[in-house]
Amino acid sequence: MNMRQRVVWLVWSGVVSAVVLIGLGVCVGSTGFEDLLSPLLNPQVDPVQTAVAQQIVWEIRLPRTLGAWTAGALLGLAGAVAQGLFRNPLADPYLLGSASGASLGVAMALAAMGGGAGMLGSSVSDSANLVVSVFSSSLWVRVGLTGAAFCGALLAVLLTLALSRGVGHTLRLLLAGVVVGVVLGAMTHLVLLMSPDSLQAMQAFILGSTAFVGWTSTLLMAGVWCLCFVAAWLLARVLDGLSLGDATAISLGLPVAAMRGTLVAVLALATGTAVAQTGLIAFVGLAAPHLVRSLVNTTYGNLMLLASLAGGTLLMAADILARGLIAPQELPVGVLTAVLGGGYLLWLMHRGPNRVAGANP
Amino acid sequence: MSVANHVAMQATAISANLGSVEVLHSINLSLAKGRWTSIVGPNGAGKSTLLKVLAGVLPHSGDVTLLDQAMHQLPKRVRARQLAWLGQNETSADDLSVWDVAMLGRLPHQAWLAGPSAQDQVAVEQALRSTQAWEWRDRALGQLSGGERQRVLLARALAVQAQVLLMDEPLANLDPPHQADWLDIVHALVAQGTTVVSVLHEVNMALHADAVVVMAGGRVHHHGPAGEPHTHRLVEQVFEDRIAIRQLDNQWVALPRRRMWLTKPMSPHNIARDL
Repeated sequence: MNMRQRVVWLVWSGVVSAVVLIGLGVCVGSTGFEDLLSPLLNPQVDPVQTAVAQQIVWEIRLPRTLGAWTAGALLGLAGAVAQGLFRNPLADPYLLGSASGASLGVAMALAAMGGGAGMLGSSVSDSANLVVSVFSSSLWVRVGLTGAAFCGALLAVLLTLALSRGVGHTLRLLLAGVVVGVVLGAMTHLVLLMSPDSLQAMQAFILGSTAFVGWTSTLLMAGVWCLCFVAAWLLARVLDGLSLGDATAISLGLPVAAMRGTLVAVLALATGTAVAQTGLIAFVGLAAPHLVRSLVNTTYGNLMLLASLAGGTLLMAADILARGLIAPQELPVGVLTAVLGGGYLLWLMHRGPNRVAGANP
Repeated sequence: MSVANHVAMQATAISANLGSVEVLHSINLSLAKGRWTSIVGPNGAGKSTLLKVLAGVLPHSGDVTLLDQAMHQLPKRVRARQLAWLGQNETSADDLSVWDVAMLGRLPHQAWLAGPSAQDQVAVEQALRSTQAWEWRDRALGQLSGGERQRVLLARALAVQAQVLLMDEPLANLDPPHQADWLDIVHALVAQGTTVVSVLHEVNMALHADAVVVMAGGRVHHHGPAGEPHTHRLVEQVFEDRIAIRQLDNQWVALPRRRMWLTKPMSPHNIARDL
C-alpha cells in the first residue's frame, strides 16, 4: 500500500469508527448500555418508548457525543498545527498559554457569579445563594462561562505574542507561552483562594467534561473546526516548508512570518473554543497527531485531517468509557484522556525511540 | 555583451551580524554566471553567513543583485525560482516522505492551491535519481542515515531547477563515491549554464571549482581561478599553512601538514622539553 492509499484508508477508518462510536455513544448512559437504536428504528412497536428514546438521544446523548467528537477534532487539529509550528513533536495546543488563560477566565467568572459549587455538571440555583457549575446547562451561565473561557484563552495568547514580540522567533514564543502559563496559573489559584466556593466547580473545569455539551456548543465547535481546518489546510504547505527550517522555507519563497501569524490565530481559536466548551481535556491534542504519525508519514495537509479524525474518535471513545465504566457514576473525561493518552505516548516512546523523539537513526 | 551579463550575483558592501557580533565586514563579491565558485576558509570565516546573505535568508546591510535585478525588490516566489539554497544543519522533516521533501523544491513553481504538475513530477524524479535517492521515495526522512538524508536534501535543492544554486557544506556525511557523484552533478549543472556556489570544508573538492573565494575573519581575502598558484598560496595561508596544495594525477590536492613537535618521537623527555 503506498502512502496515498494509506491516507485514504485511514480517512475511511476514522469516518467509520466515528459513525460506530456515535451509534454506541447514544446508547450509553447512567445505567450503562441500553439499546435505544431499536425503538428509534422500529417506532411502530412501541410509540411511547420511541418518543422517550428520541428525546434522550436527540436532546442529550447525540449532541454530547457529537460534541465530544468536535472538541476532540479541534484539539487534534490544534495539536497538529502546534507541532508543525513549533517543529516539536512534544508541542501541544495549550503551549501558548490558552489553557491557563481560559482557566483564569472561568475562575474569575465563577467568583463574579458568587462562587460555584455543587456536583459536576449540575445547575442549581436557590434563592439564598446563587450556585453555578462550570458545566451548567443554564443558557446565561453557559454563555458567561464559555465567553469567559474564550476571552481568557484569547487574551493569554495575545499576551504570549506581545511578550515574544511577534511570531518570528519560535523559541521566544515557546518560552513566553510557558511564562504566561505559569503566571496565569498562579493568578487562577489566587482567585480561587479568595473565592473558595468556586473551588469545586473549578475542579470540574480543570478535569474536563463533555457531560453538558448541547447542540449550541456542538454546532459552535463544528463551525469553528470547519473554519480552522480550511485556514490551516490552505497553509499546510507553509508547515511542510517550515519542517525544513525557517531559512529553507524563506528560500522557497514562502511568506513565513505572515503565515505563522495566521497559524497562531488558528491554534488559539481552535484551542480556545474547545477549552471553553469542555474544560481542560488533557493529551488528546498531543496524542492524536502522534497516533497518525505512527501509522503514516504524510504532509501537513493530510496530517491535519487525520489528526482531527483521530482526536475526535479518541475523545468520543473516552467520553463513552467515562460514562459507562463505573455507571451510574461518571468519570471526568479529562482524567480518562490523561491516563489513556499518557499511557499511549509512553507505549509509543518505548516501542520506537525515533517516533516521539524524532531522533536520527 | 556587457560585463553585467556575465555576472550571476553581485554583492556590494555586505555587512551582517549574528546576534550583536558583526561577522561580515563590508564584502564586495561578483560571482560569474554559468561557473562554479567555491568559498573556502577556516571555521568562523563567515562563509555560511555570506551564503545566507546571498540566498536572501539573513538580514544584512549592503546590496545584492541576482541576475541583474536588485534582490530585495524581487517578489519572493520569483527569487525562489531563480535561486535555490541548500543549508547546513537545517532541521529536517523526519515525518515527511523522501518524495514529499523533494517536492518542496517545486513550491516556487506551483500555484497556491494547485497540486504538482507533470513537470513537477518529472523534475522531482530527475533530482532524486541524480542523487540516487529514488529508491527510497516512499520512506520517511527520519528513517534514513545522515548521508542518505543529505542526498535527499540535495535532491530537494536540485528539484528547484534554479539558474543559481547555493550549497552550504553539501558533502556533509557523504561517503567518497557519493562525493564523486556530487562533483559529476555540479559539472553537469554548470555545463547546462547553471551558476553554482558552494561552501566547502573539503579543500580538495573546492579546488575542482572554476573559481575559489578565500575568506577569513569575515572578509574576502582573494577571489581567483582555482588552478592559479596565487590562489593556492592564499588558501594555504588562511589555513595557517597547515595544508600544502600539490598536483596529483592532474588534480589539485590539499595535503595536511603536521606540527613539527608532534612529528618527534613521543618520549616523556621530548614532551617535557617542548612544553
